[in-house]
Amino acid sequence: MRFLLIEDNPNLAQTVLSQLSAEGHGVDHAFNLAEAEACLAAARYDLILLDITLPDGDGRGFLKRRRAQIDTPIIVMTARSEVSDRVGTLDLGADDYITKPFDFEELKARCRAVLRRQGRSPSPVQQFADVSFNPLEATLTIAGDTRALRNRELRLLEVLLAAPGMIFSKDQLCDRLFSFDEAVSDNAIEVYVARLRRKLDGSRARIETVRGIGYKLVA
Amino acid sequence: MFSGQPRSLRRSLAIQLVVLAAVLAIGLYLAVLYSAQRASQATMDAILGAATLSMASNLRATDQGVRIDLSPSTLSMLSATGQERLFYRFAIDGQVLSGYQDLPVLALPSPAVTPVFYDGSYRGAELRLATVSRALMLDGTLTPVQVIVGHTRDGQRRIAAQLAQNAAIFGLLLFLLSIPLSLVSAGNLLRPIRTIAQAVGRRGAHDLRPVRQPAPTELLPLVGALNAFIARLKAAFHHTETFLAEAAHHIRTPLATLRSEGELLLRTTEDDSQRQHIRRMIRSADECARSAGQLLEHATILYRAEQLEQTEIDLRTLTARMVERFRTIAEMREMSFTLSLPDTACPIQADQVLLEAALRNLLDNAIKYAPSETDIHVTLTQPGTGYRLCVRDHGPGIGGVPTAQLVRRFQRGLAAEHIVGAGLGLTIVQEVAETLGGSFSITDATGGGACATLELPQG
Repeated sequence: MRFLLIEDNPNLAQTVLSQLSAEGHGVDHAFNLAEAEACLAAARYDLILLDITLPDGDGRGFLKRRRAQIDTPIIVMTARSEVSDRVGTLDLGADDYITKPFDFEELKARCRAVLRRQGRSPSPVQQFADVSFNPLEATLTIAGDTRALRNRELRLLEVLLAAPGMIFSKDQLCDRLFSFDEAVSDNAIEVYVARLRRKLDGSRARIETVRGIGYKLVA
Repeated sequence: MFSGQPRSLRRSLAIQLVVLAAVLAIGLYLAVLYSAQRASQATMDAILGAATLSMASNLRATDQGVRIDLSPSTLSMLSATGQERLFYRFAIDGQVLSGYQDLPVLALPSPAVTPVFYDGSYRGAELRLATVSRALMLDGTLTPVQVIVGHTRDGQRRIAAQLAQNAAIFGLLLFLLSIPLSLVSAGNLLRPIRTIAQAVGRRGAHDLRPVRQPAPTELLPLVGALNAFIARLKAAFHHTETFLAEAAHHIRTPLATLRSEGELLLRTTEDDSQRQHIRRMIRSADECARSAGQLLEHATILYRAEQLEQTEIDLRTLTARMVERFRTIAEMREMSFTLSLPDTACPIQADQVLLEAALRNLLDNAIKYAPSETDIHVTLTQPGTGYRLCVRDHGPGIGGVPTAQLVRRFQRGLAAEHIVGAGLGLTIVQEVAETLGGSFSITDATGGGACATLELPQG
């Protein structure tokens, strides 16, 4: 997936950039609207992440202009007050918005939802052993048998699949699956691992328990 | 400062005018009474004087003494005085020649030529008397003969009383007429005040233009002060609006960086104790952002509540849209929404910002407090003329705590220990409900969980 991030705060932009890259996406970064226009003239993007308050203008003006020209989904990132800014943003043509500060998992989830709704480009499919994984559709296909994944199963598989063979501790997995204000019991992660294992039944891919340390995906 | 009813300018002005009219009416009555009496007295005196003189001129000196001829013309003159009784006396040196002996006399000698008038009482009647003397040659000496003519004053009194009565009736009519006239004129005089008050009262709460209605000179300072006040209010509102948006921006942007950095760090850190620190840091950033968000939202609600900006909104569409906004976050917790909406549009007159804030906090609360893998039921119904929006979760419920306690500022429910927030979410919902003329309650649902109900009138 190719993303265009339009964000003037360099620190925030850098972290979002790092996280998206770590997920295997290609990301271009524009500091302002002028740079964004240049990027859009040069390349095609699957999704645009747009900050509203920018040094050379209001992101809403850009939103309105671009909406008339391109159908690339746009997710607005707003830091304005909860109330006064959301109104109208969607009416101007944003596909979704996210309020800063945000959970990166939420940003990813919103990106997925927007891309799925749009359904324009053929969904990218990840292949591991004999498993085809479609993150947008949230499906696994094993030997022609397609299985739907629930949200946390999908995210768990995404984490494991990013580094097959690497051991992830229960803690690390918890941090990716649960929000920080959820009360999570010690064995909560085991529940989702067990469920994902059932979805992987009949394939060569399996999740191994490394006693006392964590889990890894192997084939 | 004020005790009881405020003073009415119109009323006191009208009362003053009526009192003035009463004084004038009484004055008029007295003036008419006085001049009528004077006029009738003067007329009667002229007749009496003429009669007296005529009688005096009819006196003749003869050898037998004084001869008195009461000529018909004299009598007819006196008959003009109407029903009065007549008395006369002729005397020389107090020696009565003819007539009533004991008619009241003047202490002074009667003058010649011009009669003198005086009042006296005789046989129980008030008399008006005139006296004049005429010198006759008797026995070779010029002897003055005193002539006194008097008549009762009943007729004169009757005329005066009649005139006075007429004057009184006229005065009373004048007074009665002055009451409505006073009211009308007081009303007219005070109309500019009413016009300005109505013009200000009619305008919408967000209409902060200066008052431009024409005002009389006396009201100019008041209108000027009002306009200055409106200008200050406008500036304050503008300042508040900008401040709220700016504050949010300046708090949230660095927090966003802090949080993202934390997340990034968390992914690359293996050490468990360090991970624990980073997690706490992220949680604090979340807590700060959420509290700031709620505080600013709360401030925005209070500010918007003053503005009363109303548009027609379809509550059905709005509810569906808000639920759609929360679907992603709910899915991340493997929660799902079941949405039950009426078949037709649900128009409501309200401030969209307020409605959205209420819905957002209700949905946000439900997601925050319910355990994952449960359903949240959002039901919009139309009982009677208003709307009822229920958000029912399968969380721990509220443990019988009354709504009034839950919606108190910074008050958090029993289940809230590990959940971030300032405790203003339900306060915001409650305030929106109040502002829009509705009500909010939260109860334990049968079968577990909490049921938050927002009742709203159509507006």
